Amino acid sequence: MVCFWVRVVTDALLRVEHLSKRFGGIVASDDISLVVPAGELHAIIGPNGAGKSTLIGQLAGELAPDVGRIHFGGQDITALPTYRRSQLGLARSFQITSLFPDFTVLDNVALAVQAHAGHSFHFWRAARSEDALRAPARAALARVGLAERSDVLVARLSHGEHRQLEIAMALATSPRMLLLDEPMAGMGPDESSRMVKTLRELKREQTILLIEHDMEAVFALADRITVLVYGRTIASGTPEAIRANAEVRQAYLGEQEPVHG
Amino acid sequence: MSAWLNLRNAFVVALVVMLALVPVYAALIGNYFLMSLFTRIVILAMAAVSLNLIMGFGGMVSFGHAAYLGIGGYAIGILAKEGINSGFLQWPLALAMSALFALAVGALSLRTRGVYFIMITLAFAQMVYYVAIGLDRYGGDDGMTIYKRSQFGDLINLSNKTAFYYLCLVLLLVAVYIVWRIVNSRFGMVIQGARSNDRRMRAIGFPTYRYKLVCFVIAGTMCGLAGALLANHTDFISPAVMHWTRSGDLIVMAVLGGMGTVFGPVIGAVALLVLEEVLSGVTEYWQIIMGPIFLLVVLFARGGIDGVLLGARRD
Repeated sequence: MVCFWVRVVTDALLRVEHLSKRFGGIVASDDISLVVPAGELHAIIGPNGAGKSTLIGQLAGELAPDVGRIHFGGQDITALPTYRRSQLGLARSFQITSLFPDFTVLDNVALAVQAHAGHSFHFWRAARSEDALRAPARAALARVGLAERSDVLVARLSHGEHRQLEIAMALATSPRMLLLDEPMAGMGPDESSRMVKTLRELKREQTILLIEHDMEAVFALADRITVLVYGRTIASGTPEAIRANAEVRQAYLGEQEPVHG
Repeated sequence: MSAWLNLRNAFVVALVVMLALVPVYAALIGNYFLMSLFTRIVILAMAAVSLNLIMGFGGMVSFGHAAYLGIGGYAIGILAKEGINSGFLQWPLALAMSALFALAVGALSLRTRGVYFIMITLAFAQMVYYVAIGLDRYGGDDGMTIYKRSQFGDLINLSNKTAFYYLCLVLLLVAVYIVWRIVNSRFGMVIQGARSNDRRMRAIGFPTYRYKLVCFVIAGTMCGLAGALLANHTDFISPAVMHWTRSGDLIVMAVLGGMGTVFGPVIGAVALLVLEEVLSGVTEYWQIIMGPIFLLVVLFARGGIDGVLLGARRD
């Protein structure tokens, strides 16, 4: 596993330029530009309807932007389909848990490993006994603390475990960057703090773009934060800078209690 | 090892042994109709097994699977009519035509989902059905008699009813084995993953379309072989084998027997066709009894008969 300890600012892994997307009269992304250097944990926050999901949809390749370009690892990926982006090392987790419920936990992760182990036109050997798929899958499960649940059917997992599995699947592909779409959505305080711990471990060796509602988690984890409101970037900077930004406080944090963390 | 010793596997073994003993039993009691019935059952079981590969494991509900029975059958019939009786030519052509047709249907229909997918596969099957009706030289609506079964030289004589039955049975078991290997391979994992959550499969890096298309072609080819066998069995081919109700029958077999396992459709085919035979001897309106039975299985036994035997381990 390659570790990106050194943070080189010029080495942008993800570069988003002037991204815009409309749905009818609604501007979901309004000229968004964004640079995520390798090694950074970059968080995107914003109130409901700020266009966070639309942004991640465009980054993952499920939505085509009207205007703008997306570069990943120096390559223009704006027109690439989802599976190609995944093969290039852009792995995402889903906001609404999106797994394979009738497979076991290990099967789910092994499938993610398989996706990046060449083509799958192998019709004869039993995939469930292939160590080349199972071993990396077990390793990914261990990293998120799900090792003992390997043989359980996904349909039987708790919500928090589903979220952990989401991340294990993204990790199993040895990605260059993780796109995490609200990994803490719907979690209780205990599960949340466990997830924060997992993410803190991961960020030491992984570039992460994190979309999250849980402010405490975001301010605890992020190196930099971008704030979206109505599809527009209103601020981008370190957690301290964002906390101090008057526009952010007014637009986003205004009516709620002040941010702490 | 003890995992293999259960009620269901005992049942499967018993069923295979029973199928293997059909010719012996038929000869003992001198009932040759029984042979004919079970030859048809074994052939249609193979068609149901092939449908189950795409429907049960791949989630692709093809409502036009009987088209391959017809294409395989017409390949035999047309060549026989034109004086080409060699099975070494007839059978590969039957498989190739089925594969080509599956490729065309799959390439278009797999771009759609759900009801649209069902409708497009049905539309293609109907198209072939009407094309067959239009083939005046080959009997049109009435179909045509095949005067000579496929010739395989000294290898096997298909006109020998016992030999033909065992050929069908062996091919069925081979088909089941092939599907079992496929389903558990990397390819099978992709197919089942795509059934479960296609969007997620693409997100983790699988171009699911091409995998599903290959699976669709494998199933179509396998069913084309069943079609070639069926034409040889009945010595006759007509558009009726491709009627959409026949496609429905294949779906019923797979659902009745159980879609979750490779052997389920075999159980379903035997159950459906034997029941049909028995009930139609009792009353002309046998479907009135068959309907509710099917309904009960669908409502209360999600995994079909096979699921009941497995003790409904999944929920």
